[in-house]
Amino acid sequence: MQRKGARVVIVFVNGKEQILPGPMTVEEFLSFRGLEAALVVIEINLGIVKREQWAVHVIAENDRLEILRFVGGG
Amino acid sequence: MSDRLVIGGIELENRLFTGTGKFSRNTLIGDVIRESGSQVVTVAVRRIDFDSEQENVLLHIPKGCILMPNTSGARTAQEAVRIAKIAREAGCGNWIKIEVISDHKYLLPDNYETIKATEILAADGFVVLPYMSPDLMVAKHLKEAGAAAVMPLGAPIGSNRGLQTREMIRILIAEIDLPIIVDAGIGKPSEAAEAMEMGAAAVLVNTAIATAGDPVAMARAFSYAVKAGRTAYLAGPGAVKQFAEASSPLTGFLSQK
Repeated sequence: MQRKGARVVIVFVNGKEQILPGPMTVEEFLSFRGLEAALVVIEINLGIVKREQWAVHVIAENDRLEILRFVGGG
Repeated sequence: MSDRLVIGGIELENRLFTGTGKFSRNTLIGDVIRESGSQVVTVAVRRIDFDSEQENVLLHIPKGCILMPNTSGARTAQEAVRIAKIAREAGCGNWIKIEVISDHKYLLPDNYETIKATEILAADGFVVLPYMSPDLMVAKHLKEAGAAAVMPLGAPIGSNRGLQTREMIRILIAEIDLPIIVDAGIGKPSEAAEAMEMGAAAVLVNTAIATAGDPVAMARAFSYAVKAGRTAYLAGPGAVKQFAEASSPLTGFLSQK
């Protein structure tokens, strides 16, 4: 994931600041965090990033990511 | 005899909708849903918790069920719309239970914001089932806004207090030409049966099953109750009278002269 010479990228994931080792796509971020892609939905800066965009959408400095999933509910 | 409930173009045979919250372990959910016979199952959308093991409730829901994500956590129409779109993007179909709540003590829905969210989401192609405080005018506005059904509460969420709002629900059933689904408050199968006898199209039950001593057995009990209540409604209950009316003939007594 980490590219030579790349600077860290500071983002906010589910409301918490997080430092990424370098620029990465959404898909790379998921594997960086060990998340199973089939089970999540990603929103960046209040806009849904569609699954087909995950491989190309690069996360930018200060992006606000929401990583969501389904839980039990009534 | 075919007695189908049609919502959003889908024909349902089963009139017990089940929620998946509050179970002591998610592994109960599959058996509960199978035992309930439910075809419509609610779930919620939340942030992933990186500190605990992630598990997706969808893995426990039997295939073929219609998922009805709720918008719990939304305090405004705008937030409900956001959650609905997230749920749809997750590939769970286009049914949505609108739940807009900003009152934390009674968890009573904000009917005004609920109408706004219903209008936006129905126009966007969702099958919208709004959870609401039973009120005739609000139900009319929800219908105009494009709701596929109206879901009045029987009592506050999770209270297991039964049909405290029965008279208002009765009015909705009589006046609103949409399925009326009693959601929230139903604590016992007898209360589900009562709602169905009154003509409710379905009931949505979560806490009463999830917090029962034996949730799987309670799901079965609710399934019987909903079927019994529906059958009684279709059979047409006899008139209620103030005084006695003998069931046996009043002639031909042995002592008659």
